[in-house]
Order: sequence, then structure tokens, then C-alpha cells
Amino acid sequence: MLNTLTLKKAHQAIKSKDISINELITKCTEVSQSKNNDINAYTYIKEDANFQEQSNTKISGIPLAIKDNFCTKDMPTTASSKVLESFIPPFDSSVTQKLRSSGAVLIGKTNMDAWAHGSSTETSDFDVTKNPRNTDYLPGGSSGGSAAAVAADMCIAALGTETAGSIRQPASWCGIVGLKPTYGRVSRYGIVAMASSTDSPGPMTKTVEDSAILLNAIAGHDPLDATTSPQATPDFTASLQKPIKDMRIGYIYHNLAEFEETKSRFEEQLKVLEDLGATVEPAPTFDPHYAIGVYTIVQRGEVSSNLARYTGIRYGGDRSHFGDEAKRRIMLGTYTLSKGYAEQYYTHANKVRTLFMRDFQELFERYDALVSLSSPGFAKKRGASEGQAMFGELEDMLLEPSSICGLPGVSVPCYRDETTNLFLGMNITTPWWKEGRAIQIADAFERATRWNTWRNKQ
Amino acid sequence: MKRTDTQHIATLAHIPINNDQDKDLTAAFNETLETIKTLQEVKVGGVEPTHQVTGLENVYREDEVHKDTMFTQDQALKNAHRTYQGFIVVPRILEK
Repeated sequence: MLNTLTLKKAHQAIKSKDISINELITKCTEVSQSKNNDINAYTYIKEDANFQEQSNTKISGIPLAIKDNFCTKDMPTTASSKVLESFIPPFDSSVTQKLRSSGAVLIGKTNMDAWAHGSSTETSDFDVTKNPRNTDYLPGGSSGGSAAAVAADMCIAALGTETAGSIRQPASWCGIVGLKPTYGRVSRYGIVAMASSTDSPGPMTKTVEDSAILLNAIAGHDPLDATTSPQATPDFTASLQKPIKDMRIGYIYHNLAEFEETKSRFEEQLKVLEDLGATVEPAPTFDPHYAIGVYTIVQRGEVSSNLARYTGIRYGGDRSHFGDEAKRRIMLGTYTLSKGYAEQYYTHANKVRTLFMRDFQELFERYDALVSLSSPGFAKKRGASEGQAMFGELEDMLLEPSSICGLPGVSVPCYRDETTNLFLGMNITTPWWKEGRAIQIADAFERATRWNTWRNKQ
Repeated sequence: MKRTDTQHIATLAHIPINNDQDKDLTAAFNETLETIKTLQEVKVGGVEPTHQVTGLENVYREDEVHKDTMFTQDQALKNAHRTYQGFIVVPRILEK
């Protein structure tokens, strides 16, 4: 069962020559092909994925699933939209270029909400992805295909992108680990743009350790993306297996009505952090409901601007190919940016965004990290997003405040319901550029609990 | 928002919609606008807007040609909808 290996274990097995890289790739590709009819995690599986360059990195020879909004040279890139159905980019995104030159093997492209507009993967133009933990349920989104591919062992690890929840919410619903880096930590060059001021590519993996390894491989300044930070990238694996004693952790969004049903289960898990020596206390915040409005206005505005480039002339189909959700978002953004409304909507929203920035700055004077659920509840049933214009914003509301501020966070499985086999995820948010601390806490929690499927097997 | 507003925005956004669609879109817009209306409760007097969060300012680069990120003519034309003798054919925008 080579496909069930974690990234760390696969790397060790390759290094010690217990397994061959080609064996590992073949196994992952075969499993992906056989499971995809049911799960629909992939929009494209590479027939002849093979290993080209031997390099001495921790991801050399590792089969990865890539969300279909990363431009991949000579592999289709659709962003799950019919507009890009026939598009084959002549270049690689900076991230996939980095992965390839480190020896990773890109075995396929994963399904997503079209243009990453959604939190269910139901808005994909190429059918919905099922949650492998229970196929009656949604995987979440927009990186739902990547989350499902990891959960179903159809790859060793995957990449997603997040604007406000699109890595961590599907990670939470599928019972895997998702890491959203600080905005500007990972290059956006060559990624189909959604909201340029918040888009953050990041790892979706079986363990926290794997996320740290994969983040090391993709992080860093990129001359092709002027919003990437010139500061040095730390070694994120140095944050693993370190005690979290005396960490001050703020428990945010503790009295929201939206998570009444899951609250007691989550609070039970906070005791694990206390047992590890951290202090956990409720931390009042600026009302996260306002983040829904800020995010909706900012995201729609940036979408309308970014998707203006799809004219069907240089590549892709014309604008009649946009699905309903993309049309809604482009047009609402056009409205909120139009003359007479920009001040009322867009500028006002960005002023409220400043208030969220100030709130987090103050919170991080008192706390090393902030925790909450990643999504208010468990995965929703298939069909739940249909006809719900604000579905995603409500499922992502616990992640939107930190996302509009560009903060990093890790979602780690923190509960499994035995009847439905569905998971909850704990989101750990840390100050800007402190991904290492979020990894440290998530890793300590994962090792101290039984919720991680792959650690249980080991 | 009214249906006529939706039709106007569709023109601005260059999104082709039909008569049935503008009804559904108008309903969806009004639902969304209702949700974001609560933002107006927040007092923002004297607060500067945050348009980006990195704190970086005026990032420049040398004005140099990077051959490694350049496309060949074939690559540049490969995905085009219509080409003619090495050019991309675009729709007419001026009247004859």
C-alpha cells in the first residue's frame, strides 16, 4: 500500500531503497484512476507520469496532486471552468516549477470550485467531488479535489490555494492537514488569480510534518511576484516535535451561535493543549460576522478585475462560458466598484479590514496563537450549496477575519464522528510570518491525539 | 437592485445573459447585498483603508529581457482562438 505512505515515510523508504520511485508513482496513479470514477478528485490524471530528475531533496520522487488553478507546462489547466477547458499553458507557475526542479512528480490536476469560487467543489464545471470519508457528503472547497485526493490516498500530498478558507475548510471536512501560509510567503505567479490581495498557495497533507516539508519546498521570494516577501525563509521542519509548554493560546469565536452543536467537542480538544502545558483562555475579538461583508466585497471586486482578462482571444473560450457562480461574482464586483458605489462598498470594506488588522495586532500582544474550529461544523451533504449565494462565506466565516489580514494558519483534525466518519478541524492562527509556531502547536496536538488517520496506522 | 441594474452591469462586465437569467441574478445580488449591508454599522471615521497586507512599497525590477520566461511565437499562438500568418485574429471593434 505505497499510496498510503505519508510524505515523510515515502521519502525515507525511497532513500533507504526499500521502494523504487517508479513503483510509488505507478501505485499512486493506478489508485487515482480506479478511485476517480467515484470520488472525482482529479480533472486530469497524467498517463505517463514519470520520474525525470534525481535530486537530493525531501520531495524527490514524491507523487503530488496539484489544484487545477496552478499553470502546469504541457498539462491542462482549467481552474475547473469550461472557459479554460482546452487550455494547455506553455509555462509553469513558480510553485510547480520549484516542485519539479526539486524532483517532485506531478501526477494530476485536482477538481475545484470553478475559478475557486466556492467552498463545496459543487460549482466545478466538471462535476462535484465526493468526500472520501463519506461519499454522501461534500469535500468542501475550493480546494476540494486536493483534499479528497489526500484523504483517499490518491497521492502522497497535494497543493491547494486559499483566499479565505479554501485550503483549511476542505482539509477540515476531509480529515487532513491544511496549511495556509502568510500572504506573500509563497509565490502566486502562474496561478489563476482570484483575489490578488489574499490568494495564498499552500500544502494539503496527511500530517503536519508533511506540510512543513512541503512548505519548505514552495516558500520564498520570487522576482516574478512583487508581493512575495524578500525576507529569508526559515526551515519549517525545525518547529516539529518541540514542546508547547507555556504557550499562551487565545480561544477565539467561543460564543458564536453558529457552532453550538460542535462546541463541546471542540472544547474537549482544547484540554489537550492545556495538558501539553499551554494556557488556553477565551479571547474576545472584533465580531467575525463583519469579515463576511469585508471578504465578500473585496473578493468580488478583485474577481471582476482579474476575470476581465478572459476574452477568449489569446487562450480559452469566450465569456459566455462562465458558469452561474462566476457570473454572479464578476457582476457583483463590477457593481461594488462602479462609479458612485466604490466608496460605499469597496473603500468602506477596506477600512473595516484595517480594524481587523488592528484587532489581531492587539490579540498577538497577549497571545502566541489563536485557535478556533476551521469551519463551524462537519461536512455538509451533497447539494447543500445549491441556490445558496452566501454558502461559502458562512462555512468559512471563522477563517475570513485572519485571511483578509493575510495571517497564516494550520487546520489539523481534532475530532471524528464515529457514526458518519466525518471530521472537525482545529485552526491555529499565528502572527504574520510565524507559520513555524502554528506548525509547532499543530504537530504537538496531532502527536498527542488519535484523530490523525495516518499516524494511527503507523 | 432592479433587473435593469443587472442588465446594465452585465454590459459593463461584458457578461452575456438572457432574460430569465437577469431575474435570478438580481435575486442573488439582493441576497448578497442584504448580508453585506451590516458593514455600514461599523464606524470607520479617520480609519485608512487596507488594500494590501505585506507592507512592501514600490517594488521595482530592472527593465531587462528574461529569455527564460519568454514564449516562442509557436507557444504564444498555440492556445489562440484564431490565428492568421503568425498573428492572433481579434474581433472587429470598429464599424465598417
